[in-house]
Amino acid sequence: MDINEALIKYCLRLGDDAMILGHRLSELCSKGPYLEEDIAMTNISLDLFGQTRMMYTTAGEIEGKGRTEDDFAYKRLEPEFQNVLLVEQPNGNFGNTMARQMVFSVFYYYLFKELQSSSNEKLAAFAAKSLKETTYHMRHSCEWIVRLGDGTEESHWKVQDALNEIWSYRHELFEKDEVDETLISAGLIPDTATFKSAFEASVQEVLDRATIEEVEEGWKSTGGRIGHHSEYMGHILPIFQSIPRTYPNSKW
Amino acid sequence: MEDVSRLEAFQAKIDREEKIEPKDWMPDAYRKHLVRQMSQHAHSEVVGMQPEGQWITRAPSLRAKVVLLAKVQDEAGHGLYLYSATESLGISRDELLEQLHTEKAKYSSIFNYATLNWADMGAVGWLVDGAAIVNQVSLQRTSFGPYSRGMVRICKEESFHQRQGYEIVADMALGSPEQKQMAQDALNRMWWPSLMMFGPHDADSPNTGNATKWKIKRETNDELRQKFIDKTIQQATVIGLTVPDPDLNWNKETGHYDFGEIDWSELKEVINGRGPCNKQRLKHHRAAHEEGAWVREAANAYAQKQSDKKKVA
Repeated sequence: MDINEALIKYCLRLGDDAMILGHRLSELCSKGPYLEEDIAMTNISLDLFGQTRMMYTTAGEIEGKGRTEDDFAYKRLEPEFQNVLLVEQPNGNFGNTMARQMVFSVFYYYLFKELQSSSNEKLAAFAAKSLKETTYHMRHSCEWIVRLGDGTEESHWKVQDALNEIWSYRHELFEKDEVDETLISAGLIPDTATFKSAFEASVQEVLDRATIEEVEEGWKSTGGRIGHHSEYMGHILPIFQSIPRTYPNSKW
Repeated sequence: MEDVSRLEAFQAKIDREEKIEPKDWMPDAYRKHLVRQMSQHAHSEVVGMQPEGQWITRAPSLRAKVVLLAKVQDEAGHGLYLYSATESLGISRDELLEQLHTEKAKYSSIFNYATLNWADMGAVGWLVDGAAIVNQVSLQRTSFGPYSRGMVRICKEESFHQRQGYEIVADMALGSPEQKQMAQDALNRMWWPSLMMFGPHDADSPNTGNATKWKIKRETNDELRQKFIDKTIQQATVIGLTVPDPDLNWNKETGHYDFGEIDWSELKEVINGRGPCNKQRLKHHRAAHEEGAWVREAANAYAQKQSDKKKVA
């Protein structure tokens, strides 16, 4: 695969992951368990949309066909999105939201840590900026998993259920295909296999502090990177894209 | 006797334009007035997150989305700030929320109207925040220190919101025919409720009383309303929108716009819980609060365990 083609796809995947999770968190606006958490959730959502915009803009620049961030966000169809299924999963209760966030943020923390030394300047700068944000998202979600796990009996079981539901969605984050292989061999992105054990150890440490004994393994998630999504995706995009699709002749 | 001299000293301080701080002595009625007004203000910021928040998922561009997200986040921040300032008067946030949920405390009636198209995101910023600013600029000089300082900070962000709102309405008013129609529709629906935000005519305002003497309130409802109208009419005209008031007329002699009679029976209905979205807004806030109870309990239980551990160690 041509390096530029692989780079465009890679940027879009990172952008898609951030956009769909950013969307999920934006659904929670005014629904937080308290005002401080409401602010934290919109904050994370804002960071993720910032990352989305950087990645879509970069993809458009490499592609050189004049496509803008909004073309990628609003004019692609569901199978063209290549985000992992993890980010599509519903917000559920606060425990579900935090468990999903922890898996996502711990993975991206390690990815960005490595990616900031990419020989591609754009990717390196993007990773360095995003690492700061992701470190905060990771701390925030991990601390909540600990509080909920070691809080009340009710919160313990709720967060246990949440982890059982989401944990096996981590697999897809470590999948590799031609896009990844091409960029790994060119030295542009890290091989996720190099930090898989560090990722798992970090999560384990949080689970220990949260007094969670064992998390169930479920269906090994796959499909997002080739555009095969969960049913939830069909309820996200129609809302997200509704205005530009309803008024195609207007500029926004 | 002591109270009389305290009251005189208190009034003298206000007359010297010195701020009253939380630890200073103050008459009960002053404290009560502030708790009512400041908590109403805080609740307005928080309930006001709903009509805009419900559009974030549908924002028509990524830029518009982050601008709106940041704006609603600012409102949550203002709410937080105002709750803290109100707590300095000796009431807890839990009590304030309880008052909101039991309808003992009010919030601005404007948030009981629905936001029906994307132009409303512009109209809310332009008109609703625009009206709020006129009021808040005046409140920067209010006599209670924490409230006054809060208003200084909040005004900076609000004027930013107002410009962003106007930009949305202006872009749509000058855009495609469908967009222009949405912009005009938003103005038609939001105009009169925005004027009502300033409250009843001065003659019918039940809460003014001592508020002026105590310099909590620096300008009257009618004065503030007139300021808002004067600055907004021209902004509408420039972008080709029509303000829905056939009686609107520039009055050379007064140097102000004359305007038609406000439908006070509508305001009364909305204030008394019978507006289009009153039930919906309160239900949403209560539901989020109740749904979050187990999280707050868990956080308290965890904090308790941590402090117990520290004591043992």
